[in-house]
Amino acid sequence: MDRRDFLSSVSAVASAALLPACAPTDQLPTPPGRLLGNAHALGHRLRTGTIPAPSETRRLPVLIVGGGIGGLSAGWKLNKAGFHDFLIAELEPELGGNSRGVQTPAGPCPLAAHYLPLPGTQAVAVRELLAELGVLQDDPRAQRPHYDERYLCATPQERMYRHGLWQDGLWPQIGVGDRDRAQYARFQQLMASYRQRQAFAVPMVLSRRTPDLLALDRLSMRDWLLSQQLDSPPLHWYVDYACRDDYGTGIAEVSAWAGIHYFACRSGEAANAEGDTVLTAPDGNAWLARGLANGIGDRVMTGALVHRVADSGRHIAVDVWLPAEERSLRIEAAQLIWAAPLFLVPRIFVGYDRLKAAARQFSHAPWLVANLTVSALPTSGAGVPMAWDNVLYDSPGLGYVVSTHQQMRLHQGAAVLTYYRALSAQAPAAGREVLLQRSREAWAEEVLADLEKAHADIRALTLQIDIALLGHAMVRPVPGFVWGGAREPFAADSPRLRFAHADVSGLSIFEEAQYRGVLAAERTLRRLGVRFSSSLV
Amino acid sequence: MQQALLVSVFVVASCGLAYELIAAALASYVLGDSVTQFSTVIGTYLFAMGVGSWLSKYIVRDLIGRFVQIELLIGVVGGSSAAALFFTFVWAPEPFKLMLYFLVFILGMLVGLEIPLIMRILKRDLAFKDVVSQVLTFDYLGALAVSILFPVLLVPHLGLVRSALMFGLLNVLVALWALWLFRAQIPSVAWLRGQALAAAVVLIGAFAVAGEATSFAETQLYADEIVHAESSPYQRIVVTRWKDDLRLHLNNNLQFSSRDEYRYHEALVHPGLATLPGAKRVLVLGGGDGLAVREILKYPQVESVTLVDLDPAMTRLFSSAPALRALNGSALSSPKVNVVNADALVWLEESRERFDFVVIDFPDPSNFSIGKLYSAAFYRLLEKHLTETGLAVVQSTSPLYARQSFWSIVTTLESVGFVATPYHALVPSFGEWGFVLVSRRPYRSPETYPVETRFLTPALTPSLFEFPGDMARVEAEVNQLNNQVLVRYFEKEWRHVIR
Repeated sequence: MDRRDFLSSVSAVASAALLPACAPTDQLPTPPGRLLGNAHALGHRLRTGTIPAPSETRRLPVLIVGGGIGGLSAGWKLNKAGFHDFLIAELEPELGGNSRGVQTPAGPCPLAAHYLPLPGTQAVAVRELLAELGVLQDDPRAQRPHYDERYLCATPQERMYRHGLWQDGLWPQIGVGDRDRAQYARFQQLMASYRQRQAFAVPMVLSRRTPDLLALDRLSMRDWLLSQQLDSPPLHWYVDYACRDDYGTGIAEVSAWAGIHYFACRSGEAANAEGDTVLTAPDGNAWLARGLANGIGDRVMTGALVHRVADSGRHIAVDVWLPAEERSLRIEAAQLIWAAPLFLVPRIFVGYDRLKAAARQFSHAPWLVANLTVSALPTSGAGVPMAWDNVLYDSPGLGYVVSTHQQMRLHQGAAVLTYYRALSAQAPAAGREVLLQRSREAWAEEVLADLEKAHADIRALTLQIDIALLGHAMVRPVPGFVWGGAREPFAADSPRLRFAHADVSGLSIFEEAQYRGVLAAERTLRRLGVRFSSSLV
Repeated sequence: MQQALLVSVFVVASCGLAYELIAAALASYVLGDSVTQFSTVIGTYLFAMGVGSWLSKYIVRDLIGRFVQIELLIGVVGGSSAAALFFTFVWAPEPFKLMLYFLVFILGMLVGLEIPLIMRILKRDLAFKDVVSQVLTFDYLGALAVSILFPVLLVPHLGLVRSALMFGLLNVLVALWALWLFRAQIPSVAWLRGQALAAAVVLIGAFAVAGEATSFAETQLYADEIVHAESSPYQRIVVTRWKDDLRLHLNNNLQFSSRDEYRYHEALVHPGLATLPGAKRVLVLGGGDGLAVREILKYPQVESVTLVDLDPAMTRLFSSAPALRALNGSALSSPKVNVVNADALVWLEESRERFDFVVIDFPDPSNFSIGKLYSAAFYRLLEKHLTETGLAVVQSTSPLYARQSFWSIVTTLESVGFVATPYHALVPSFGEWGFVLVSRRPYRSPETYPVETRFLTPALTPSLFEFPGDMARVEAEVNQLNNQVLVRYFEKEWRHVIR
């Protein structure tokens, strides 16, 4: 049953009540749904300052602030080393950060992050986790390990809609000229030569730092393309798409170092898949977050807003507001692992002037993620059949992924389409304003209008649209940022305080968040004198 | 007077082209190969028109009276041409081609007579250059009008038989009009008028009954009688009957013909089950028609059969319709049979049961969704549901038409650690068809069949496992979820078979 049938089966009275007075009568009303995302209202209390003073003080050897991938990875490593005396404080009701999942009537889907590329041999911790979860079914150090087929993205992985036709893969192939193709080839050659030099690595700290490579960080990706005489519009679209998709920022504002990093850092291989295959699951990366949280669930405090951090000489005093209990708590932590986004540092840390100054140099991209629960997949359209990732050319959005793609089913029933859009057209602060100003209904209409270009039936099939507003979704690697020194104070070790967030790498990807989390945990274990074997070498 | 004659040129030309198109369309409709039919019909017709034009010189007296008679003849012969051809093909297919070219020739010749006659009639009042220019102009305009109307309006709304009758009537009307216009110049007006009215009555009568008559003929010819048709949320189910042949179509794909389905289902079930005297628990995935279950229930040692089919409409139909129950021996009503309406994959993922014999009868791997049901991941799931000594059989498309697809299925089954034993059987409705038996231990084919079979015999059995040269094993990759090579092989191979 599609939504048209459903609505007509509801009585006329009810549908009249659903219809906004101004809606054209031939159009279906905006599907219902939830407004998801981060606890903005709670977070904004930080600015207004009406937070009760701490009513209790507790001492703790290790406190981890933030339960995203960075914080969970820190907890995961501490736990594996046999050190259990820690607590994770998370603002949201659920762990996982950008890797959370969402439940819908058609099953689980991602809130944000939705895939992990095959890890290369340098991503030691990623491989260790995957082996632990039984997905990497081999020696974790093997060059080409065997992976659980159910997590390898099923064929077809990607397709792209342009000029009314779906084409295979994301490189525009149909309707481009020989000159464009020649430029594609040259671009790919350049990326291959960077890969051969092993110039770019994951984790990014292992990247080579020769002057010519570091110089790439001082110009934009677009300027670099032009400096290489690469000006083909479909090539620029493709590279821009990749930058918006990975950094929430277009090619004019992403540094060439970060832009090339995306294309040249991947070295993962598998015995049973092509190297460009990704690992995914119906709820995106939530299975990875759950895997990290395995066994540490009892040491988590959710709905906890950390609003003050001050070094008191012997320990770090962290004030935590628990809105549900209407009180604040002071935790005197011998060791603090800060695994929350770094834009919060200037608002919460007392003292630490050098850190605060550095933190002000970070900028974060606002994102919108819409989860469309559909009663059935939309008609595939002309061209190649429905893929996992379906991208629209010339769209402000980044396309959508299909939650049921990995399922083995005879009959494809209801599914969730997770639609992404980075608000990269304006400056981040302006983008955030637009993001929060508009109503859920207005965003839902915009998403439907974008998808209707390729799927005329999408509105009738959509039962529910959940909109997630992610104001500071990811750090923006703008020119001069990654290697300009702003990250350095956060990457350094100190006696009591360590930072464990993808922001520290300047690249908002799972592997970097996990690396920073594990690194912070290992430095903490060293300070505490706990013996462990490293997950990083 | 001149204008009137020119209008009749327009009508006459329209009719002339219409008969030609109708004959060609009908021929390609029933004989296929439209290029050949159109070119031979048009060629014959044009040649016959030439003959007609040549013969026109022998008509010297009473031009108008002859013209009227020719019009009436064209009206009757042309008007009934489609019906005559149609019924000839249905009841006496042999002389169809003879009839076709005979009719086309006669019509072409008569039409070839028309224009020269009209030109000669007009020549009495006009200069030759004007006659030629005006007559030919209207002749070609008439042809243009019909060539546009024919595919857009006539065929879709009237059909070929009634279109022809309608043009026949137009010819008769031209004749009547000519009689009225030239009533002073024709010696035997009354006699001709009588003929014209008789022709009109015949054609109008035929037009009235043509609808029913053709649909009757069409049922005889194309679609067998449809005995059941329904659309479930999952598929379109159509059962047809032609004489004693019942056929099931799902989404317009033939699933079985009752004339030879026993060959398919015996080959699917017995080579495996006949070697399992201890088989108590059997699972059937797909196969809601109950025909595989019918074969399974022949074995007394089988205590329970679980049939998992997604579509309740299918299992309901095959456990209630008398003709279909007769076909599956009321298998779905057997107390041993447990019908589960669920997605086979979901059911398999959730169930912990193990079976001695599993029949996997999924549709061919024609798209990425179904291709997943032939993947290594699916076969690993299957492995968990097979007892230590158990066997499973997989319908594996045609090793003749889709050779690499077939061997890719075998390779995939082997890749998960199964011993795979491929075999094949000839099912006339489908062609040479393939199956793969899988087990943990080497399989040995049965020396006898403990149950009654119509197709399988002990002597035939060894040959099922022999693959002749054109079906012999070829190199094929393992079908994985993340490469779906099988769907690509299948698409490539069947594209060569189906035009």
